[in-house]
Amino acid sequence: MTSGLLAKKNASPASRIVSRFRLTTFMSLVWSLIRTVLIVGICFIIIHPLLIKVTSSFMTLEDIIDSSARWLPLQPSFVGYRLAFNLMNYPVALWNSLTLATLVGVLQLVSCSLVGYGLARFKFPGNSLVFGLAIFTLIVPPQMISIPLYLNFRFFNFFGLSETPINLLNTYWPFALTSMTANGFRNGLHIFIMRQFFKGMPGDLEEAAYVDGAGPFRTFFSVMLPSAIPAMVIVFLFSFVWQWNDYFLTMTFLRNSETLPIALQALPERYFASADSNDVTQYSTILNNAGSLMLMAPLILLYAVAQRFFLESVSRTGIVG
Amino acid sequence: MIETKRFRLSLTSQRALAGIIFVLPFVIGFMLFFAYPFVQAIQFSLSDLKVTTTGYTLTYIGLENYRKALFVNPNYVRNLVGVFGKMLAEVPVIIGFSFFAAVLLSQEFKGRLLARLIFFLPVILGSGIVLRIEQWDLMHALLETGGTEGGGVFGGEVANFLMQFKLPESAVTYIVSTVEQIPRIIRSSGIQIVIFLAGLESIPSSFYEASEIEGASGWESFWMITFPMLTPLILTNVVYTIIDSFTAPDNTLVTMIQDGAFSNLGFGQSMAMTIMYFAVIAAVLAVVMRVLSKGVFYHD
Repeated sequence: MTSGLLAKKNASPASRIVSRFRLTTFMSLVWSLIRTVLIVGICFIIIHPLLIKVTSSFMTLEDIIDSSARWLPLQPSFVGYRLAFNLMNYPVALWNSLTLATLVGVLQLVSCSLVGYGLARFKFPGNSLVFGLAIFTLIVPPQMISIPLYLNFRFFNFFGLSETPINLLNTYWPFALTSMTANGFRNGLHIFIMRQFFKGMPGDLEEAAYVDGAGPFRTFFSVMLPSAIPAMVIVFLFSFVWQWNDYFLTMTFLRNSETLPIALQALPERYFASADSNDVTQYSTILNNAGSLMLMAPLILLYAVAQRFFLESVSRTGIVG
Repeated sequence: MIETKRFRLSLTSQRALAGIIFVLPFVIGFMLFFAYPFVQAIQFSLSDLKVTTTGYTLTYIGLENYRKALFVNPNYVRNLVGVFGKMLAEVPVIIGFSFFAAVLLSQEFKGRLLARLIFFLPVILGSGIVLRIEQWDLMHALLETGGTEGGGVFGGEVANFLMQFKLPESAVTYIVSTVEQIPRIIRSSGIQIVIFLAGLESIPSSFYEASEIEGASGWESFWMITFPMLTPLILTNVVYTIIDSFTAPDNTLVTMIQDGAFSNLGFGQSMAMTIMYFAVIAAVLAVVMRVLSKGVFYHD
């Protein structure tokens, strides 16, 4: 094949180069056109549900029923937001979500970085076993663990150490304890990400620190962690966001507390029970959309702030292995 | 001589000790908050569990809970088959799409940053409660069906278009139902795109330069460099997608088990259901890893 190409090249180098040049510019033009159409289309599909939420959250009851107002509200109004704000008890729910997600995010970040580093850089008997167990926790359906845990936390006797069990449900303890020990929701994935990242880091810095007499823990905190920020941003973002959107675990361990997802879920019910209810089912669509946006707004804000780190992290994290 | 040897030995064991201390939080947590409840789950599934004021009592009843789940409960087997079928249909499409999307996003074009931000948006927003709310929501139902019966954003038009070719009706239904799933597919591919993209950006550009000098076309270098270099990530992503699809909070079987545990099913039967479900997931993953790992190419 190579010799064929060479023969062709020798035949008429100039004309071949010109025609090839024309062909490739034409092809790349066509391709960039197709690419633009595809990217715009996919972006539209992703944003579409968000747009529907925005427009219909500003609608009034008349707009919902009126089919001519399918896309844009005829008389934009904040009535949906006002109602959702009051019925969800928004400031309280926002505060609860914020504190819980921050607690979980920070604790999981700390524990998973420690474990990931230990697995990546130290040889000890059982290293690969521990890594295997971390991956194993991912394939077990969460309810299989969370339902026995529910009973353990309901009658918490410090694993047989105490005579009288105490009730840890409706406190942050179930979340704190599981996050502190890198056993929270999908923490196997976080451990994996951190381990891969540390594995991919060059050893020179670390060795220099050891030569200077720093112990493994000082080396970790003062040399390794500052370089691991891209991976840490991803891990924190994931654990924060998953806790923020979580309904099932919160519902299991924190039945009485109001986080945003729980308040959002209860929104239509509360509306029909409230005094100024019109008893019209359509109304719940305005409330649901306004409420969903109020739940998503802080996340979008966080994403907008963290996006530079996030995009950079994607290319710099060794999730790739 | 002996002195140095001893020193070395203690250094390695010091390092080993430090490593153990680093992973200790996980090991303790694994025992208390994973292994212990895991064993309890098996115990519960074989028992009749009654909650009392100071704790709970267990009465051993053998495989009764499993029998009930399989043969008495009208929904369990049906949901299990449904969830399994949905996973089989979805995984290849999600992998194909996220691979393609990552290749698109790795190229240079204007507005690439914005496009990436939007593509990753579902990672942030596409999970949990909002999806559940959307499923019941009236306005979404109205707009997504576009007024036609059973069509998605473009389902109706696609069906009309395909009908012109006089295709058999079952084929048209299959294609339309796939097309209807497009928004769902796109929105559950976020993390997979992130992983593929990270992989694409880690391929050294010298590989492409070398192949260009050798006279390879873009098409050839895609199949000779890009694809083989990404095969380990295809395996990672297939495994991730299967787990994601099986444990997603909007999965019908997961919802049924979770809600049922605290109401009609009771802890015992719901645990029996989860354990059988877990066995299915483990079997699927074992088969998939066995088949796919043969085709994986490792660079080093």
